[in-house]
Amino acid sequence: MYEFEYVKPGSLDAAKSAIAGAEDGKLMAGGMTLIPTLKQRLASPSDVVDLGGLGDLAGIRKDGDSIVIGAMTRHADVAASADVKAAIPALADLAEGIGDPQVRNRGTIGGSIANNDPAADYPAALVALGATVRTTKRELAAEDFFTGMFETALEDDEIITEVVFPTAEKAAYAKFPNPASRYAIVGVFVAKGSSGVKVAVTGAGPAVFRVPEMETALSGNFSADALKGISVSADDLNSDIHAGADYRAHLVGVMAQRAVKAAG
Amino acid sequence: MANVTMTINGKQVSGEVESRTLLVEFLRDQQRLTGTHVGCDTSQCGACVVHVNGDSAKSCTMLAVQADGADVTTIEGLANGDDLHPMQAAFRENHGLQCGFCTPGMIMSAIDLVKNNADPSETEIREWLEGNICRCTGYHNIVKSIKAGAEAMRG
Ligand SMILES: Cc1cc2nc3c(=O)[nH]c(=O)nc-3n(C[C@H](O)[C@H](O)[C@H](O)COP(=O)(O)OP(=O)(O)OC[C@H]3O[C@@H](n4cnc5c(N)ncnc54)[C@H](O)[C@@H]3O)c2cc1C
Ligand code: FES
Ligand code: FES
Repeated sequence: MYEFEYVKPGSLDAAKSAIAGAEDGKLMAGGMTLIPTLKQRLASPSDVVDLGGLGDLAGIRKDGDSIVIGAMTRHADVAASADVKAAIPALADLAEGIGDPQVRNRGTIGGSIANNDPAADYPAALVALGATVRTTKRELAAEDFFTGMFETALEDDEIITEVVFPTAEKAAYAKFPNPASRYAIVGVFVAKGSSGVKVAVTGAGPAVFRVPEMETALSGNFSADALKGISVSADDLNSDIHAGADYRAHLVGVMAQRAVKAAG
Repeated sequence: MANVTMTINGKQVSGEVESRTLLVEFLRDQQRLTGTHVGCDTSQCGACVVHVNGDSAKSCTMLAVQADGADVTTIEGLANGDDLHPMQAAFRENHGLQCGFCTPGMIMSAIDLVKNNADPSETEIREWLEGNICRCTGYHNIVKSIKAGAEAMRG
């Protein structure tokens, strides 16, 4: 790891100026992705701005029909939250399935979505539930936020503050995990909410994507049977040592059916 | 360089560190608390698990500066003089280790599990150990040890 300047601002305003004023600054939340990246010298920021002092950014609250989760909320807190379990149990399940207990004790929702790893779990939940990402500059619909592999709409000095999740009538997440890391080889989040049925897939492609054909089928008949015979093309899917594109395409169908069954 | 102060095993300590100094380096190299091990240095094996403000964390994936002001417990902080912590005693009694390299992390992780779940089932123990890798035992006796340790901790 190369040396850097470390700052831990005590307020969001101070964090905004620290990141805006840095020559090549990087925000740090839980550090569970950033520190391994720094160790491998895949990044060498001049300044690391630690958001760990911003208690206001951590926490979960109910706001009407929505659940609002602060960017610095750890996966373990989402998994254990009575509010999340009551309103969107699928989201608590998803958080409980991320990595391992120590990753969940430090990793945050803000860090996870800012990183937008193609195999990360949260992007599927945000897209399927139609979540909104609030930042220090604006509000973005989840689908406009995730733009590509490890790419988001975030500007360099923009800080995620919270994520707003509308509750859904039915929702579930089914993941086929990498047996070592627990990252998704394929994960499918299915939700039936006020804006209709959404099926969002993570792990399979360069970034989270929806499957309109499945959504149409489920809108008419919300059952696993409705998905029989619907396949996704392997053309743009990922192939690596863990799984080939054709296998991932197959898993999308299997995980989608499991998610619909679990959503009931 | 930055000055950090934290409470380690109940004792307040301070030291000069670089921003990039890992918590585990601070513990092992500066505090000479070498019970915390580094197995992988890539956030996967859990040999480096300590408690930070009561929660288990991988000290190879935390900066020492992030722990400034924190309350840290390492494997050295568990025993009360010659009296082993019930979880340590359970590992000894149930042959929960062979080479012992993974053991400090296993025990720190296990105690965090029991904090969250006083009577974990075998499945819950195995799921909790997702972040702790052992290359010797095959886990069987580790799981047995944690069950016994949890029972002893319930008293
Ligand atoms: C062993 C292991 C297993 C894992 N398994 C899984 C898994 O199964 N599923 C899964 O989804 N993830 C998994 N992860 C990743 C984990 O969820 C990380 O916690 C997450 O990707 C990053 O969150 P963080 O809070 O640690 O962010 P950091 O590592 O601190 O930051 C990550 C990136 O986000 C940026 N960032 C952080 N916060 C903000 C913010 N508020 N605004 C703007 N930018 C921000 C940082 O600048 C950085 O670029 C795993 C990680 C490890 C080490
Ligand atoms: S040394 Fe920290 S997880 Fe392996
Ligand atoms: S006892 Fe040797 S690694 Fe676990």
